[in-house]
Amino acid sequence: MDLATFLIQCLNSLQYGLLLFLVASGLTLIFGIMGVINLAHGSFYMIGAYMAFALAPVVATTFGGGFFAVLLVGTVLAVLLGYVLEWAFFSFLYEREHLQQVLMTYGLILVFEELRSLLVGDDVHGVQPPDILAGTLPLGELMTYPVYRLFVSGVCLALALGMWFVFTRTRLGMMIRAGSANREMVQSLGIDIQFLYRVVFAAGVAIAVLAGMVAAPVSSVYPGMGSTVLIICFVVVVIGGIGSIRGALLAALLIGAVDTFGKVLVPQAAGVLVYVLMALILLWKPDGLFKAG
Amino acid sequence: MTMNTIDRSKAAFVAACFAALALLPWLAGSYGVDLVTKIMVYAVFALSLELLVGATGLVCFGQAAFFGIGAYAAVLLSPASEAASLLWLLPACIVAAALYALAVGALSLRTKGVYFIMVTLAFAQMAYYVVHDTPLGGGTDGIYLTMKPVLGTWLDLDGALSLYYLTLVCLVAVFAFLAVLLRSRFGRALAGIRVNEQRMRATGFSTYPYKLAAFTLSGGIAGLAGFLFAVKDGFVNPELMSWHLSGAVLIMIILGGLGHLRGALIGAFAFALLQEFFKSEAIFGAFARHWHLGLGLTIIASVALLPRGLVGLPGQWRERLVGRSRPVAVGTEALNEA
Amino acid sequence: MKPETNAPVLLRGRDITRRWGGLVAVDRVSIELTRGSVHAVIGTNGAGKSTLINILSGEIPPSGGSVELLGQDVTRWAQPRRARAGLGRSYQRNTIYPSFTVFENCRLAAQARAQKPWRWWSDAQRCEASTAAARDAAARAGLDELLERPAGLLSHGQKRQLEIAMCLATAPEVLLLDEPLAGMGAEETERMLALLDQLRADHAILLVEHDMDAVFRIADRITVMVNGSVIASDVPAAIRTHPQVLTAYLGDH
Repeated sequence: MDLATFLIQCLNSLQYGLLLFLVASGLTLIFGIMGVINLAHGSFYMIGAYMAFALAPVVATTFGGGFFAVLLVGTVLAVLLGYVLEWAFFSFLYEREHLQQVLMTYGLILVFEELRSLLVGDDVHGVQPPDILAGTLPLGELMTYPVYRLFVSGVCLALALGMWFVFTRTRLGMMIRAGSANREMVQSLGIDIQFLYRVVFAAGVAIAVLAGMVAAPVSSVYPGMGSTVLIICFVVVVIGGIGSIRGALLAALLIGAVDTFGKVLVPQAAGVLVYVLMALILLWKPDGLFKAG
Repeated sequence: MTMNTIDRSKAAFVAACFAALALLPWLAGSYGVDLVTKIMVYAVFALSLELLVGATGLVCFGQAAFFGIGAYAAVLLSPASEAASLLWLLPACIVAAALYALAVGALSLRTKGVYFIMVTLAFAQMAYYVVHDTPLGGGTDGIYLTMKPVLGTWLDLDGALSLYYLTLVCLVAVFAFLAVLLRSRFGRALAGIRVNEQRMRATGFSTYPYKLAAFTLSGGIAGLAGFLFAVKDGFVNPELMSWHLSGAVLIMIILGGLGHLRGALIGAFAFALLQEFFKSEAIFGAFARHWHLGLGLTIIASVALLPRGLVGLPGQWRERLVGRSRPVAVGTEALNEA
Repeated sequence: MKPETNAPVLLRGRDITRRWGGLVAVDRVSIELTRGSVHAVIGTNGAGKSTLINILSGEIPPSGGSVELLGQDVTRWAQPRRARAGLGRSYQRNTIYPSFTVFENCRLAAQARAQKPWRWWSDAQRCEASTAAARDAAARAGLDELLERPAGLLSHGQKRQLEIAMCLATAPEVLLLDEPLAGMGAEETERMLALLDQLRADHAILLVEHDMDAVFRIADRITVMVNGSVIASDVPAAIRTHPQVLTAYLGDH
């Protein structure tokens, strides 16, 4: 592998890793704050990707907008979806055992998959990146790198930093962290914990949907993408360690690298490598790379 | 214990079920025999998970891996030109599945709670990718079982009837084994681990070996179910290790009722019948294609409305009729924190 | 520290230290439990009592120091192994099995001494060793009338008794009791103290408690902890008048 190819694969690893981190953050956010394990989180990612595909013509004719307009519309819809879902379904899951949450959200996956099948069909689609981002940057003398992939990395990074900022530097973030540590206390302080949870959930959904929309031009849009990303996110969380955001980031980047380089170097075993990585890390550190803190 | 009257009616119920299953081929046509064979295989599969989830409290979302390994072993270990003997092929498949369960368990049991669920799912995916992506498992096309195993000259599993009865015998054997196991010291220790692992450790039980043993045993039984499935269909493909199957078997035992062996039986039947119902074009016409929708909604409804599963339904109705609390029977999940 | 009586030392903790990051939860605490005595540990909340008892029982490893049980160094031993060697532990919050009967609670605890998990065909209820030990332990704890009752339906005081019974079912030599009197009324407290008095003769008992009257009545020795360190360890009479204890803990009592 020459230097330019190596560099390209590094950038690809970074892009995939950051995308995983973003989706995994939404998952751990909802789990860490509301104690709900949501298997349908992957479905939101899938919904985002299919939205990027399906909304494009609609947005073009109604607003005359392009890709960025689709992102905006999609995000707004996602927030609404998250808000309604929390109110109608997820709020009933907080008090339940993990097993029940797993099964009910699994049922939700089936419902989402079939609804998508009914509304948009089961075909695989490609999505074009917008013209501004469709170009390539030169790398060395012979190779180029697609600008859009850099855009994806950039968006993921920006969102991650945005989340960090909200959590650690704003009042809302403080209330959220307090609420996850002690629900009754926060309620007795007059803060509407129900509303808070709804906001957090909607944010988690929006993040996953946005990740799906942004990833669509790169990964294409296909029915099984929700399950695939969900299970990889689980591996991110397990490797990264219980409740650790730092761990999730490191794990996501590690998985991004193993998967990307694996596909290039040992294509037949690529699918298995990530799990082998997980097995090795569990062997060495049963609690994951970092513990919460 | 004052449980004897309740025990007897439960035992009678189970005996009646098995008797009905023994007589079924005389009453049903070939479609019925085929369907019920499949349901009985599911029931063995569900019993394996009941040992883990219901008896020990370990929620495993990767049971399909062991099922699939049992199935693939049946095909891969059978010689191409002659029929294998049941005597070694059946145990070999159980052992193959149990070995993977031992490896997965050794690593997964170091994690707890939700993480355990995630890790078991991930390890099942690993097995899935091995058969899906590599030539080991014949890829997405799957592999055919060219010759079904035999037991000397007596039993030829080509016939649907002999396969039906072999499956029934396995089901009864597994049920009886688990019923005895759960009353033994080992089984009681698992129950203690489920209710309060910390107290078990404080009393002097090293809980990890117990959990690992349960996990391995459960994997082996799932492998048996996989073996039966492979012999029945004569064909295996990666979908036998799909996490949707892991989800399905989990739903079976919840639907039936956790904490009861007969719950696994009832759940397997109920789930299979639900599937047939939603897939039926006679009822749903063209919409039957989207049977996952009906299934998904049913899963949500049953978890929400039937907390104790179908097994607990008579109890739920009784409580509604009587008005409110009678003293809750021993051994139910209704009593939580002391 | 004044020398102990001539009774054998069953449990010895030497210079036990536990650090969580920068915080020192337990600072070089030494403690000895002898057969035939009740050794109470008192201290304000956050003094490190829970951490100490967790280290002695084996749930948390110490950052420094050692634990000796019946003459053996058990510092590296996990909790189940120490329990099998004769260390019993009761918890502040009930750890009984609510869905099992009182008898089954005790029997399962007693089973720890006669595990034989490979005998999968043999019904646990027929295991003579565990059933006999269970009946015996339940009787000693005063629960022999309630053997068939589901444990979750017991009164709070009865549950605390069951907690002790489960300890006794394993025939331990050392008992680590974490606030056995928690949440008990006057009558129940009397019963529990009578039980502890009976147990004193054959066991070495460590008692972590907040009920000062009970402590001064039953303890043969009291160790006082403040902020992770031992500030005094002596007979009750001496503790009552110990200047540091009075200022730090008993206040203006």
